[in-house]
Amino acid sequence: MDTVLAIVIGGLYAAGFYSMLRRSIVKLVIGFILLSNATNLLIFTASGLTRGRPPLVIEGANALAQPHADPLPQALILTAIVIGFGVLAFILVLVHRVYQTIGTDDMDKMKGIDT
Amino acid sequence: MGIITSILSGFALAFIAPVLYRFGRGATGWIVAMLPLGLAAYFSSLIPQVCSGEVITESFRWIPSLGINLSFYLDGLSLLFALLISSIGALILIYAGRYLSGHPCLGRFYLYILMFMASMLGVVLADNLITLFVFWELTSLSSYFLIGFEHDRHESRAAALQALLVTGIGGLALLAGFILLGQTGESLELSNLLNSGDAIRNHQLYTPILLLVLAGAFTKSAQVPFHFWLPSAMEAPTPVSAYLHSATMVKAGIYLLARLSPVLGGTDLWLYSLTTAGAATMVVGAYMAIQQSNLKLILAYSTVSVLGILTMLLGLGTELAIKAAMVFLVGHVLYKAALFLVAGAVDHETGTRDVNRLGGLWRAMPITAIAAGLAALSMSGLPPFFGFIGKELFYEAGLTVQSAAHLLTGVSMLTGMLLFVAAGMAGIRPFIGRQYILHKKPHEPPVSLWLGPVLLAGSGLACGVAPGLVDTSLVAPAVSAIIGHPVPVKLALWHGLNPALVIGTITVAGGLGLFAVRSRLIKVLSPLSNVVVLSPTYLYKRSLDGLMAIASLQARIIQSGYQRYYLLIIFTVTAALVLYTLISLGGLHGPVNLSNIQFYEAGLAALILMGALLSILTNSRFTAVAALGVVGYSVALIYIIYGAPDLATTQILIETLTVILFVLVVYHLPIFSKFSSVAARIRDALISLFAGGTMTALVLKATNVQFHPTISSYFAENSVPLAHGRNIVNVILVDFRALDTLGEITVLAVAGIGVYALLKLKLKPEGV
Repeated sequence: MDTVLAIVIGGLYAAGFYSMLRRSIVKLVIGFILLSNATNLLIFTASGLTRGRPPLVIEGANALAQPHADPLPQALILTAIVIGFGVLAFILVLVHRVYQTIGTDDMDKMKGIDT
Repeated sequence: MGIITSILSGFALAFIAPVLYRFGRGATGWIVAMLPLGLAAYFSSLIPQVCSGEVITESFRWIPSLGINLSFYLDGLSLLFALLISSIGALILIYAGRYLSGHPCLGRFYLYILMFMASMLGVVLADNLITLFVFWELTSLSSYFLIGFEHDRHESRAAALQALLVTGIGGLALLAGFILLGQTGESLELSNLLNSGDAIRNHQLYTPILLLVLAGAFTKSAQVPFHFWLPSAMEAPTPVSAYLHSATMVKAGIYLLARLSPVLGGTDLWLYSLTTAGAATMVVGAYMAIQQSNLKLILAYSTVSVLGILTMLLGLGTELAIKAAMVFLVGHVLYKAALFLVAGAVDHETGTRDVNRLGGLWRAMPITAIAAGLAALSMSGLPPFFGFIGKELFYEAGLTVQSAAHLLTGVSMLTGMLLFVAAGMAGIRPFIGRQYILHKKPHEPPVSLWLGPVLLAGSGLACGVAPGLVDTSLVAPAVSAIIGHPVPVKLALWHGLNPALVIGTITVAGGLGLFAVRSRLIKVLSPLSNVVVLSPTYLYKRSLDGLMAIASLQARIIQSGYQRYYLLIIFTVTAALVLYTLISLGGLHGPVNLSNIQFYEAGLAALILMGALLSILTNSRFTAVAALGVVGYSVALIYIIYGAPDLATTQILIETLTVILFVLVVYHLPIFSKFSSVAARIRDALISLFAGGTMTALVLKATNVQFHPTISSYFAENSVPLAHGRNIVNVILVDFRALDTLGEITVLAVAGIGVYALLKLKLKPEGV
């Protein structure tokens, strides 16, 4: 499954990059979302996949039974998802505001406008 | 402690001087002059010690591991320069306070000029080469500020930049030379290097060291072909020209050559490079001096000429030549600073510096005229002035060289005659003869404007009449320091009837003759001046233009101003670097493992890829949002399958919020339009696929890396006993790494405030 996920991640990155290279500012945001997902999956996959063994200590036990999914990358990704959302919310509102002010979503037309 | 205190006190006063000026106003010049006066007294008190051959050193640790120390070294040579710097500095400060009175930036002027004085003292007192270099660069920097003091004038700024670039490039060469010298001599301290001259001269790095050091010294001391910045620097206020560009800073190169002559001197390369550059400079400078009609430019070019004479004498390196150099140097400082200050006073009183419009000023300003006359006579090399003694020694030194003595003497005589003419033009001519009608009626300037010239020109006379004032106390220790062993110096006006006297007399006669026919002479010779002056200036200008052209070309390419080009470069370069690293770490072959794939997993993978593709290809905004939702939820399902229920929960919640938010915002935006051409799309697609493919390769490689398990296993083992939590991911977030989570919450809060502010922000209509 590693191989399949690797291709999925590469695909997400490629789509994200392509989207970010467009002139529309909304496409930039779409690219950002795709890259966030791709990066989270990258960390998840790179730290090793374990199917169906969440890092939960069962009742009565004192430590985790082997094998188990690695809890550390999960904690990192959880943080990344939340922060990614915070940034995204800000970007979206900013884009909204920019469009209200400048009246275009074409980044090439946003040069030198000081309003 | 005395030496470092003397330098640091200059810097300290520099920084409080602007404040002082607010309270002291017109008297500030006199107040701040007390410091250099005190320093001059301090250095004078060291004369007996230094005369007895003692060397005063001080050292403070700076970067001992690199051999860099804040160390100082005071011998006869340093003392002579320190005395000149501090005593003339005092006169300049008094003069400048009056000359620039009422100037809105006078407070800042004190800052710059005191900073310069302290740096210059640092140059001549430093023992460590790096310390010396730092002070050296500080003098260039303060010179930049002083030349550009009238910063609202384009010429000032251009001249300042020119001086900074020329001396700055030389300074870089000097640093390289110093570092090589330090490695070759195994020490950065001058006090050690002075004893290892033989080893350094025989080292294979000797030639590069010498050439680099000479590049620094020649640019600073305005030797041909780097001389052009000095006349341009006359844009500076006159006190600055008098202080930096005749008496002190331009002599820093001379000081360096003198200082290093026991280390680097005495070879053929030294002899020929210094005498050639010096001889060329002295002729070109003197020739250019008489071509000028601006008082300050005459003086500037004659300074160039004298710097050439000094360089040539140091190149000859005989006892007599060194003696001549030091006497000439002192004489020049006295008369040239005086003449510059006189030029400033004349300019101040008449409003012009054009010698063709000046005459008969002695009636209106007799004291200034006397000072000017004395200084000019010293410059002409007439007895009984100190300039005469210097000139006699200069000819004598030229006559005693082994080869090419005739050529050298001829060139020296020519220079002497031209300088004689220049002295007459700058110091005598404006004060005698017919008076011209001027915009301003000239008066005798106030005492602060004539005190300096009178004292300096008077000293020139006093030292000439009674050379005993300076010969054993100042000149002899300096000469001994350069030669390396004690040398007695006994100066006298009358040397007996010798060849030097004859040559001197011929020079004076020739000078008088040339002065009489000078207007015709200038006309005949003027076509030459275009070649001599314009070519280095032209080269400088062309290379500066070239540099700017390259810079703007580079900026146009790199700083295109288009977001997507920046991203394009970042993506391509990053991917290429990652790929290069992957390949160099043993190829791209990860274990391709396609077994053990459940059908629903393959389905999810396909769903994600299709969602991503749809989101970038669709023209409908809402299709794009829905496609992104498909991607997000599918990723959540992958988290579930691979044992990450917390991630899945968060992802689903966030994905839902994202979709809602996106719909709300996108609703107001225009529908997607295709902005870019097909070619651009294909290019972007190829680059994206390349970068994405690199990421795939990276993941394949990364899954193979065996991580060290310690950190995770620590959490797995201690979650229950220490934190009493069974969901380890939760325990990490809220217990083991709780502070990180606090940071995350802060980020969210800041983003929330930003969102709120952007939504609530009211745009004011234009003009309200």
